Amino acid sequence: MPETKKPDLSNWSCPLPLQDYPAIVMGHGGGGKLSSELVEHLFLPAFRNETLANLGDAAVIGPLSGRIAMSTDTFVVQPLFFPGGNIGDLAVNGTVNDLAMSGARPRYLTAGFVLEEGFQITDLARIVESMAASARAAGVEIVTGDTKVVERGHGDGCYINTAGIGVIPDHVNVGPSLVQPGDAVIVSGTIADHGMAIMSVREGLEFDSTIVSDCAALNELAAIVLEAGGASVHAMRDPTRGGLGATMHEIAHASNVGMVIEESQLPVRPEVQAACELLGLDPLFVANEGKIAVFVAAEAAGRVLEAMRSHPLGSNAAIIGQAVAQHPKMLVAHTRIGANRVIPAQIGEQLPRIC
Amino acid sequence: MKYLTEFRDGELASKLAREIRQIVTRPWNIMEVCGGQTHSIIRNGIDQLLPEGVQMIHGPGCPVCVTPLEVIDRALAIAAQPGVIFCSFGDMLRVPGSAKDLFRVKSEGGDVRIVYSPLDAVNLAIKNPDKEVVFFGVGFETTAPANAMALHIARRQSLHNFSMLISHVLVPPAIEAIMESDENKVQAFLAAGHVCSVMGYWQYPPIAEKYRVPIVVTGFEPLDIMEGLRRVLLQLERGESRVDNAYERVVTHDGNREAQRLLAEVFDVCDRAWRGIGVIPQSGWRLSEAYREFDAEHRFAVSDIHAVESPLCHSGEVLRGALKPNECPAFGKECTPRHPLGATMVSSEGACAAYYNYGRFLSVEELVHA
Amino acid sequence: MGRVNFGGIVKDVCLAYVPEIAVGDYTIVHVGFALSKIDEESAQKTLETFREMGLLDEEFGEPEAVETVKETT
Repeated sequence: MPETKKPDLSNWSCPLPLQDYPAIVMGHGGGGKLSSELVEHLFLPAFRNETLANLGDAAVIGPLSGRIAMSTDTFVVQPLFFPGGNIGDLAVNGTVNDLAMSGARPRYLTAGFVLEEGFQITDLARIVESMAASARAAGVEIVTGDTKVVERGHGDGCYINTAGIGVIPDHVNVGPSLVQPGDAVIVSGTIADHGMAIMSVREGLEFDSTIVSDCAALNELAAIVLEAGGASVHAMRDPTRGGLGATMHEIAHASNVGMVIEESQLPVRPEVQAACELLGLDPLFVANEGKIAVFVAAEAAGRVLEAMRSHPLGSNAAIIGQAVAQHPKMLVAHTRIGANRVIPAQIGEQLPRIC
Repeated sequence: MKYLTEFRDGELASKLAREIRQIVTRPWNIMEVCGGQTHSIIRNGIDQLLPEGVQMIHGPGCPVCVTPLEVIDRALAIAAQPGVIFCSFGDMLRVPGSAKDLFRVKSEGGDVRIVYSPLDAVNLAIKNPDKEVVFFGVGFETTAPANAMALHIARRQSLHNFSMLISHVLVPPAIEAIMESDENKVQAFLAAGHVCSVMGYWQYPPIAEKYRVPIVVTGFEPLDIMEGLRRVLLQLERGESRVDNAYERVVTHDGNREAQRLLAEVFDVCDRAWRGIGVIPQSGWRLSEAYREFDAEHRFAVSDIHAVESPLCHSGEVLRGALKPNECPAFGKECTPRHPLGATMVSSEGACAAYYNYGRFLSVEELVHA
Repeated sequence: MGRVNFGGIVKDVCLAYVPEIAVGDYTIVHVGFALSKIDEESAQKTLETFREMGLLDEEFGEPEAVETVKETT
């Protein structure tokens, strides 16, 4: 188990007023004194940057030059704290990664919180501190935000929305519809870690393991990919919900190509594989939060793979398949026993099987 | 994982495939009874390694597929009641009843939870004494010992807020029903290894003899299934019809005596309806007199709920091996995994969903050159 | 109840049906219940049979019709 991040109380100018109420009350979202205390004593000291400190109705940034990428995502993960991270890490890294996958250098984020009445302020502090640490690590600033409180029973403690913008360097041109037959598919490391870390603590299915979420900011690794592959890099995706399988289906549809997966090349941690088998899940369709799937022209694949492996987040990178002109929009796996199978898209969430 | 990984070896699979090709001189139809084996066959592409003419027919061994529509409707009715925590294995949630599925009941406010084991449901009952906790007890002889133990514990602890909606089915009567059918095409069976780990395989020699049909107890990994096929094909080619055990590391002749003892205490054999097939005599288990108080069907008075299956659905013929999924007029039209008419389209192990999802209505060659 | 290690993950499993089981044994588990102790000797024997299978005609066996993805590294 990784150490859980503790709120850094020393950073707070005056934590005392917050302790009048150990839990969120309706007033924390009311725009009055309690609201501003939350901002002043929790958000400002944690996220600390000049733009946020101005506390205007809108954050004023820039000027930025070049194409701007923009993305938003909402986080409702349960449980809020899980092996390897919490909802705060996800909220920052998720939007950073969405921006990075479009080829952008992520710069600024917003953060919107929906808190449930009764939510512990110490838990909120842990989440906010994780967001701040993740933002620092990714080199982005959280420049504006919002907090609303809903009545007890109307939320799962804490929901977070983040939106972000980044700048796409001039020469970069990647997108899900640009993949060509013959492109290699590289995945940056072991798949299904995040989804199985969440499963391991989900009521009714829980098990003991050393599996931790792979939640991480991928902007550095994405920049390395683009530098090594240049114009040969056609698409990048972070295979989150729905896993690598859903991502490859999406790309196959968007680019009108077929995909072939070499099953024996898929990097899966043995304990993750074991957990998947225990619950009857296919790791190909289990979520990741710190992996990139890169679609790159075959001649540049070796170069990109080598560059990815030089970064800690890409040390287990592997070529797992390729795009093909045949069977457009379909995924075919070469199985370990030397047969082929079509991999269908999932309809909803994967369900643990009975046998 | 030890004793799993070794049985997935690609090289040994090629060897077995070569052996099988050398044995086979003509077409054969073989049924794997168990849904877990169906999954493994499709997942690994085992059928593609078989010689032309050797057909795998996917049998009625998936609890999701054979649980009758009216039992699903009863489950939905119970799960919708206030004060009830309805617990189920995950894949039962998407099985359509007459009007909706458990997901829908959950979205409408029902407290429906996925659990890994019936013991998790017992624990929920202990933790929530003010709630009625109901477990959806479906499955074959493999799942029954778990349900029996959960009930045994509930009874010992006088857990009055725990009950089970039971729809247990048995493999040997189903095999007989398939062999009795006029349209039967099945010439040999792979018997379900895990069912036999509980029940043993002493029930099968009379069936093999009566119907002159080879039966081989078979495991679930690719090599296990290929070895089961190799042995069954050897018998077919030689004109033999014996019971053979190709899963010796797990299955013994007598099975698990401890489990059988509790099963006999908790359950009585009864006639049971199979979805799409109809009633098969003496093919199921119901709660014995001593455990009747834990029967959710009576506790929630849902026995009056009856249902009529869609006339468009031919899942019964599919389950018996009389019809291939793509030969059904509704296949891929009125009936898809998204809008399934019958349970064989719902379950990921269901024969129809497998055909639809894995493109088995076209061969991979056809797909590749399409 | 007992603790069963599934290739690196551990779950509480009911061992009531396998009273003969000892620490270090392998078992088949279904929905939280150990149903059967794995006979390791038999497992090894089966694998050995597979390995020895067709040793004689190996050299003359038909070529494998197995495709693999072309590695581009």
